[in-house]
Amino acid sequence: MDYGLLSSILHAVLVASTPLVFAGLGALIQERAGVLNLGIEGLMIVGALAGFATALSGFPILISIIAAALAGALLASIFALLVLRLYANPVATGLALTLFGLGLSALAGAQYVGQAAPQVDAWNIPILSHLPIAGHALFSHDPLVYLSISLAVLMWWFITKSRAGLILRAVGENHSAAHALGFSVTRIRFLAIITGGALAGIGGSYLTLVQTPLFVEGMTAGRGWIALALVVFASWRPLRVIVGAYLFGSVSIIQLHGQALGVSVASQWLSMLPYLVTIGALVIIAGRGNFSHKAPGSLGVTFRESK
Amino acid sequence: MIFVEARSETHWYHEWVAVFVALSLTVVTASILLAVMGLEPVSSLQRIFIRPLNSVYGVSELVAKATPLITIGVALALGFRAGVWNIGAEGQLVMGGLCGGAVALGFWGIDGFWVMPLVLLGGSLGGLLWGAIPAFLKVRFNANEILVSLMLTYVAILLLSVMVHGPLRDPDGFNFPESRLLHEAATLPKLFPAGRGHFGFIFAIFFALLGTWIVKRWHLGFEMRVTGLSLNAARFAGYSRDRTIWTALLIGGAVSGFAGVVEVTGNIGQLVPNISPSYGFTAIIVAFLARLHPMAVIPAGLLVALSYLAGEAAQLSLGIPAASTQVFQGLLLFFLLGTSLLVNYRVRFGRAT
Repeated sequence: MDYGLLSSILHAVLVASTPLVFAGLGALIQERAGVLNLGIEGLMIVGALAGFATALSGFPILISIIAAALAGALLASIFALLVLRLYANPVATGLALTLFGLGLSALAGAQYVGQAAPQVDAWNIPILSHLPIAGHALFSHDPLVYLSISLAVLMWWFITKSRAGLILRAVGENHSAAHALGFSVTRIRFLAIITGGALAGIGGSYLTLVQTPLFVEGMTAGRGWIALALVVFASWRPLRVIVGAYLFGSVSIIQLHGQALGVSVASQWLSMLPYLVTIGALVIIAGRGNFSHKAPGSLGVTFRESK
Repeated sequence: MIFVEARSETHWYHEWVAVFVALSLTVVTASILLAVMGLEPVSSLQRIFIRPLNSVYGVSELVAKATPLITIGVALALGFRAGVWNIGAEGQLVMGGLCGGAVALGFWGIDGFWVMPLVLLGGSLGGLLWGAIPAFLKVRFNANEILVSLMLTYVAILLLSVMVHGPLRDPDGFNFPESRLLHEAATLPKLFPAGRGHFGFIFAIFFALLGTWIVKRWHLGFEMRVTGLSLNAARFAGYSRDRTIWTALLIGGAVSGFAGVVEVTGNIGQLVPNISPSYGFTAIIVAFLARLHPMAVIPAGLLVALSYLAGEAAQLSLGIPAASTQVFQGLLLFFLLGTSLLVNYRVRFGRAT
């Protein structure tokens, strides 16, 4: 096999996976706090537009990413208000967030369609990036790829090792007990939702700033939902989100490069792969019934402070 | 300060007060958005929401758009009552349209009173199959039905695309991704002298009546509601959770599939790559607007259908992108969910007690 092709396919896998890592971690932090947010898709596309619009206005990449994170956090705060304060049904509210985000981005983004974002420079890691094959594939990426991996490690440390992470897990596993211990369930969940919204926004901005780099209506194409499935696949563990995301990234690259690799079927069949693989992953993981992989105990249950 | 406290008793009208408040807030927010965009709100709203209804054509278009929304909204209302989150109605609609359309094309040019029922049956079975997959995977493997039914929506849309680009493409159609036009025996009659309002609306009304009857009079409706309200109570009563999941998803799938084939045979008249402007997702808003009452789905469906017409009118007469429809619908759902608090809680101004 041509090593140059292998190297560029691996490179493409990492690029395709990175938005899923961010969005998956964003969903995970919320779910560990007991919040089921089905609005990830809407948060991603709003972040995608916010980052893109900021970059087009001439701001540097860092500011664009911060803008995407802020947009995601702001939209997520609507979800937080409805679910935490007004006790709205979280499933329906998440859907509303997705519908609203898709509509809002299409409405506000119409003026940006057809423009291209400025190129993001790659960070070539010294020495390592000169390795054959792996150099280009793994160590010659934009900073966000490295950030996504660092974030997963950081989140692993936060959730399993830190005191604040322990409190977050307590709120997610049993919110009544956490409340009885004197922790503010609502405040902790609010912070988790805002953080998750910001991460989903960054994940979305990766699509428009690095991956494509264009804005098209509805361009997230279900990635927010795949990110939610990824959390189940990862059994609610941050480091496994990376593994899962790279697996899904590979599938979507097979889809893109299928024709080049000599697969001669209608492109639509290959486009179905990520969705079918997601269903397969959900079945395999859920079917195991292993207790160590159980969802947080209070996931998706509304917390009402009784007086 | 503002406080919320649980109501000691709830009345039936509290639900509709909440809906009224939500609608009012949506209109106010829409006005503010219009003003921000530099448009005069009152005359703009009049132009996009009232004027489209000033003609037979407009009413007919409204009926055409309300037909799938009401049909699917009824099925979703039943499922949501049971706590089964079938989010994939859009995919079930597409499969219904595809399978029903394929049957119609299979009998192309053949007349007979039996063609139409067969086409409708084909569509319902297609949707039923698409609803059965998440039900099976949930019951057998405990796979999340929300995510599975949603993923299947993307698969269904791609499947329709494969078919109209390939096997079902019009042989005389210059390679356009469209099927032949359906012949008359496989087409539903129109209801009005103008516009696209068609016989499917009568089916939609029938479904709303049937849904009401199931909820009020059938034991099945009661069983589903108990399961939705409390899994433990349902278990004590001997009701099976698995059966509720199967029932909700099979009804949801078959009815959404029916809505899809009705859309193809009544409205579009052929298979095209895109047969629904997200009716399956918007029907979720319709079900919530109706507070999950099947009868109330009729006015709710008409109202949300109006938002589609308003979006088109806004695009034509105000130059706003068509996506404004989705923004409006999203806002409406936010406010509906936010104000549902008013049903069980009351807002009090004053000092804490």
